[in-house]
Amino acid sequence: MEIKPDLKYTKEHEWIKLDGDTATVGITDFAQGELGDIVFVELPKAGTAVAQMKPFGTIEAVKAVSELFSPISGEIVAANSALESDATVINKDPYGEGWLIKIKVKNPKELDSLLTAEKYKEMVTA
Amino acid sequence: MNPVVEPTIFELSSPGRKGVPLPQTDVPEPEALSQEFRRRSELAWPEAAEIDVMRHFVRLSVLNHHIEKGIYPLGSCTMKYNPKVNEQAARLPGFAELHPETAEADAQGALKLMYELAGFLAEIGGVGAVTLQPSAGAQGELAGLLLMKAHHSERKDKKRNQIIIPDSAHGTNPASVATAGWETVQIASGADGRVSLKKLQEALTGRTAGMMLTNPNTLGLFEKDILEICRLVHEAGGLMYMDGANLNALMGIVKPGDLGFDIVHFNLHKTFSTPHGGGGPGAGAVGVKKFLEPYLPNPRVERIEKKGKDWYRFTENKKSIGKVHSAFGNFGVLVRAYTYIRTLGTEGLSEVSENAILNANYLLARVKDSYEVPYPGFCQHEFVLSGNRQKAQGVRTMDIAKRLLDFGVHAPTAYFPLIVPEALMIEPTETESRESLDYLADAFIQIAREVETDPEKVKKAPHTTPVGRLDEAKAARDLDIAFHK
Repeated sequence: MEIKPDLKYTKEHEWIKLDGDTATVGITDFAQGELGDIVFVELPKAGTAVAQMKPFGTIEAVKAVSELFSPISGEIVAANSALESDATVINKDPYGEGWLIKIKVKNPKELDSLLTAEKYKEMVTA
Repeated sequence: MNPVVEPTIFELSSPGRKGVPLPQTDVPEPEALSQEFRRRSELAWPEAAEIDVMRHFVRLSVLNHHIEKGIYPLGSCTMKYNPKVNEQAARLPGFAELHPETAEADAQGALKLMYELAGFLAEIGGVGAVTLQPSAGAQGELAGLLLMKAHHSERKDKKRNQIIIPDSAHGTNPASVATAGWETVQIASGADGRVSLKKLQEALTGRTAGMMLTNPNTLGLFEKDILEICRLVHEAGGLMYMDGANLNALMGIVKPGDLGFDIVHFNLHKTFSTPHGGGGPGAGAVGVKKFLEPYLPNPRVERIEKKGKDWYRFTENKKSIGKVHSAFGNFGVLVRAYTYIRTLGTEGLSEVSENAILNANYLLARVKDSYEVPYPGFCQHEFVLSGNRQKAQGVRTMDIAKRLLDFGVHAPTAYFPLIVPEALMIEPTETESRESLDYLADAFIQIAREVETDPEKVKKAPHTTPVGRLDEAKAARDLDIAFHK
């Protein structure tokens, strides 16, 4: 299981990477491993407002359907359209090609409330 | 030549080959059907001789897993053996060839059967009235919620729109609530895997329409505080719905109505031994306390006296929520369930539940040292293991489930209930013998040993089935079961 040191994490197993005022969000390697084969993701359209730790979409695996939680507040600027035809990309490359959404961040300070890689690792290995 | 597991019947087809010559139709073609709806090409029926059809389906039945072939400990599904006498009864021409529009006078036997079956179920459930219409458990749930709605509406208590459901519930419960246009309030189970009275009290408000509860719950545990749970919900103005999925543990021992439930559904296709697992048909009869009877779906069967003899007829109630199924429900399933109940009788049904509980506890006792048991102690008719210990060795519950197939055993329910990580939910049912339970236990124990000594063997399983691991994501996403030339 891989946990990238330079990312921030939620308790619900999303990761976030801030680049300027745009953040990229996905689910962690741990999450994809727990979910198993991912069949489908339902993501919001660009322009949709999201709030920190509120659901922004759903992810469906062979085993179960789960909600996706936004690590940060802001506005969706893009959703990963490549996942529409093949959501298993998330299984193969959760931190890269398998990203879910890009958000125009409202308040970067919100990042402070998220878990560091170290804290996230502690949580999932506990 | 490429060996294939088994071609489809369409691939076995040869133009002009026939099993049975059919006579020319003597029904004139309907003229009303406009051109645009008429088929332009011949229907692509497979053409095969009787022997090829027989061989094809016998081979398929051997490739498949079924209760006639091996153990089927699929938790919460009650895959018991379905006695063949049920089939014999359902095939009697008087039942099998009955048209739904047959006059009451010509269908007295069928009406009597429905009347008596409703009565038996009312007795087993401790309720006042039963509808046989819903076609499965989830439809029974929806019907039950609509009955609750009718009850609250008649009392002008329209602000109630919330249903409380524990986090161990079957997914159909919240889905039925959403279909009924209500909201689900989920409450976390207590540390003992049962409803937490504190959490329940916090969730009860003036908007509580009722609570849906499975008892025994999906962890195979009896809700020991059930009397208090029912009291609290009733006091708050809500009604109690019992998901009857696990009724196989209660028959003749406890009546849901006596516990305080107002509504209960019966999975005739599970508890009362009618075939299921192939997608249906099922039957999810719903029983209610007397005060809800007027709202039950129309029609129901009543018995009157006519010229000094019993007479059965359909009856309708103006307050009814309406029909939930065409005609009178899945009648063939009702005949099978009726036969099962009549064959076993009162004592036999109690023994079914006693043996279902005994079998589950025997199996649990045999495997409990090999796997983590998240909720130890005695179970009811099923129990849940966790594959946590095996996960630490890099073997997942899915791998264990797949390896069981090599032993000729259907995998248990995996990854459910959701509150147990790496869950394996096991329900052997009462129809397995001691020898068969030992075989299953030995398989579980051997697999746990293999995880320690040869984990790759488990991770690559199954090794002996006609096909190995399938692309489940593709199957879920691009399901296409039509034949294309």
